Amino acid sequence: MDKHTNSVKAHLVAHMRDFGLLFALIAIMAIFQIATGGILLRPVNLTNLLLQNSYIIIMALGMLLVIVAGHIDLSVGSVMGFVGALAAVMIVSNDVPVPIAIAVCLVAGGIIGAAQGYFVAFWRIPPFIVTLAGMLVFRGLTLWLLEGQSIGPFPKEFQVLSTGFVPDIFPAAWGAGLAEMVGARKFNVLSLALGIVAAIGVVVMGVKKRSRDAEYGIDSEPNSLFWVRNVIVSGALVFLMFKLSTFRGVPNVLVTMAILIAIYAFITERTVIGRRIYALGGNEKAAKLSGIKTERLTFIAFVNMGVMAALAGLIFAARLNSATPKAGFALELDVIAAVFIGGASMSGGSGKIIGAVVGAFIMGVMNNGMSILGIGIDYQQVIKGLVLLAAVFFDVYNKQKQG
Amino acid sequence: MSTLLEMRTITKEFPGVKALDQVNLVVERGEIHAICGENGAGKSTLMKVLSGVYPAGTYDGEIHFEGALATFKNIRESEDQGIIIIHQELALVPELSIAENIFLGNETAKGGVINWHEANQHTEKLLAKVGLSEAPTTRIDSLGVGKQQLVEIAKALSKDVKLLILDEPTAALQENDSKKLLDLMLELKSQGVTSIIISHKLNEVGFVADTVTVIRDGMSVSTIDASNGVSEDEIVRDMVGRDMSDRYPAREPRAGEMLLEVENWNVWHPEHSERQVIKDISFNVRAGEVVGIAGLMGSGRTELAMSIFGKSYGRKISGTVKLHGTVADVSRVDRAIDAGLAYVTEDRKSLGLILDETIQFNTTLANLDGVSKAGVLNANSETKVAEEYREALKTRTPSVFQKVGNLSGGNQQKVVLAKWLFTGPEVLILDEPTRGIDVGAKYEIYSIINDLSADGKGVVMISSEMPELLGMCDRIYVMNEGALVGELAAKDASQERIMSLIVTE
Ligand SMILES: Nc1ncnc2c1ncn2[C@@H]1O[C@H](COP(=O)(O)OP(=O)(O)OP(=O)(O)O)[C@@H](O)[C@H]1O
Ligand SMILES: [Mg+2]
Repeated sequence: MDKHTNSVKAHLVAHMRDFGLLFALIAIMAIFQIATGGILLRPVNLTNLLLQNSYIIIMALGMLLVIVAGHIDLSVGSVMGFVGALAAVMIVSNDVPVPIAIAVCLVAGGIIGAAQGYFVAFWRIPPFIVTLAGMLVFRGLTLWLLEGQSIGPFPKEFQVLSTGFVPDIFPAAWGAGLAEMVGARKFNVLSLALGIVAAIGVVVMGVKKRSRDAEYGIDSEPNSLFWVRNVIVSGALVFLMFKLSTFRGVPNVLVTMAILIAIYAFITERTVIGRRIYALGGNEKAAKLSGIKTERLTFIAFVNMGVMAALAGLIFAARLNSATPKAGFALELDVIAAVFIGGASMSGGSGKIIGAVVGAFIMGVMNNGMSILGIGIDYQQVIKGLVLLAAVFFDVYNKQKQG
Repeated sequence: MSTLLEMRTITKEFPGVKALDQVNLVVERGEIHAICGENGAGKSTLMKVLSGVYPAGTYDGEIHFEGALATFKNIRESEDQGIIIIHQELALVPELSIAENIFLGNETAKGGVINWHEANQHTEKLLAKVGLSEAPTTRIDSLGVGKQQLVEIAKALSKDVKLLILDEPTAALQENDSKKLLDLMLELKSQGVTSIIISHKLNEVGFVADTVTVIRDGMSVSTIDASNGVSEDEIVRDMVGRDMSDRYPAREPRAGEMLLEVENWNVWHPEHSERQVIKDISFNVRAGEVVGIAGLMGSGRTELAMSIFGKSYGRKISGTVKLHGTVADVSRVDRAIDAGLAYVTEDRKSLGLILDETIQFNTTLANLDGVSKAGVLNANSETKVAEEYREALKTRTPSVFQKVGNLSGGNQQKVVLAKWLFTGPEVLILDEPTRGIDVGAKYEIYSIINDLSADGKGVVMISSEMPELLGMCDRIYVMNEGALVGELAAKDASQERIMSLIVTE
């Protein structure tokens, strides 16, 4: 028994960062749930929370790669606004068909990323400067495109990008039955089903990894801890999806986001290119001497970031149903903060997709909760700033203690 | 003589590793005390415990310094007591001047304003003590490693040192620089400074040490009185726990067909465009051959290797590289690797490894295609590969998931070697492959070299240790100031011949 508690403790200490992050998210949600008198976790608000944060999370995925590679991109907020404006000018003012406009916008994002990546990768201009320039340039171009005005509304076809919901594929009678059981007005069976599938998926993958670890004698987490963690995570998934199912079901954005998160988690953890990005950020010279084309990799990270910023811009415009000159203003800060709160290191080479996502949710829950409470934007900024500092301090403190 | 330092039953554990297990060390006042042991035996850790890098409370056992119990919480506290450690990795700031480095952290400041005039004067005196005639305003990065080492010592002397600890001070030094440093140690000893030296170069240990403590697997196994000299074999026996009769495995020269030909290789300096670093060098390696490149520090050996390996150094590179008789494309590192070259860097920390990552990560890094399919990594085969090399090279680590940064210096070198062996090279270029490596591990690395050449591969060995070149190579090229100044067959080669080739040019 004593030995067991010891190993649990040792594991907790060794993985303080990961557990701390999960714990912080839970604690913050609990605080706001109580403070808002239960509004936070209402289905309507949860749906809102996801919609509000989708673009931050999507950009955080791209930003994580950039930061792991040892760089930074300050232009994403402006690029996002610019792409929204581009979409509005094409679709609303010039009647370009929606699918074509979307494709053009994504390509435009890629080209913007490529342009910035070119200077960073091949001319070795510090990314801080290149993307600071980009931030100004694209903010200006947004104003120019929109001539200082908002353009909208978008056709329905475009709006579904953000405000649409996935239709329930299960028989309506099931939904009606479940709705009665839980005492809701309606019930989206698909949502709950997806939640359960996701939860099972998490557990199965966890067990698989665990048995592999055991096979190679990697000292893996103690049994009790493993199950506690998995029950919390999968429970939270089911709970979230259950809540959504009593409202309008699964937002399209959630599907987009989930797929992207899965893809990026796979890329960073399981692919050659992901591995090389970590190597590049960890020690550029050693990576280069190991045959890694570091310049090309940096370039790719920026192109990818541009595409993700464009996607975020489209989703944002669709949600607002108009393109405004202020769209995406200062959003790069939220994105970068999310990645650092999620445990990425400033010097590159470390950070996880799931961390960035949780970091984004921490920021998102705080934004949402404080807005519900009617806390002024002034205090909100102060509090968010302090949370970022606290998270990074916690990191550094931990490292020093272990070192 | 009285006892200056006594470390009693020191035990230090890291997660999964017992680095020190009840180690005892007694250092008498005024002596030079050597600590020997294999890579990962715990030598550096013991010194870090002593100097407060690992603060009191994070280890078990007691330290008595000048008769009093010492519980240092950080390096500052041990320095205040006069214990100065010069780490295995130099800690000078390359962009700053000598004087700035020496006074970094204890600036002679009055009200926050540094009196540079005074500092420079003081520095000059300190430099004179260590036998340097450089101006105090010289930038560190313009000095060679040997001189940097002396600056470190001058820095130590600026702090009123009672116990000077040198962790592998001569690992990166040329023989004559090493000699200078050892003479300085003897000189300081005559002035009453006690020192501890950690070294894998046992001849040097025999030369300076009064007492030798040998550590094996984290335990102190013996203390040898060396004031009247000590035989290297005796130290080796205690280090590895058995007799080691030969330092070099037997090899049969078996030069086959032509493998690598470098012709008319010219390279200019990357920044000073008027400086030619490599001057029209041509050399070749046959299958199954081990070819050495001898030369002094700064003779261009590393630059030659790096410029061939994917043009990783220099500008305006011209010349041809042929493999198996046909011209090979070595214009980028990945192409050079594909062509069959591998280059084990001299500077493993900044060029060879990603210290924050695991052994497994580093082992497969240069050949990710070998552990992936369609760009997707296979974690199982990665682990298998890493394990294979861990066993083959006898890397000391609890698991291949250990961070490379936590390994001892010698074991880090084995990981770099593993990385390049896994690329399956035709020609392996080794730049100072045994720097900081213990005798046992050296033997293992030599055996691996022999296996490779028996397999028909070619090996190019750049080394500052002439005995090693003489012991291992079938042929030795001699370089000086960027040009080849001679070529010797193994049977004609000797230290004197090599030196005279360098000097006469
Ligand atoms: N911070 C750390 N975390 C985990 N293990 C460590 C750490 N530092 C050292 N070790 C381990 O402790 C052991 C002793 O290491 P140490 O650096 O003292 O060896 P050494 O005798 O100096 O070897 P070398 O001659 O190669 O420098 C090694 O097995 C090493 O991997
Ligand atoms: Mg050491």
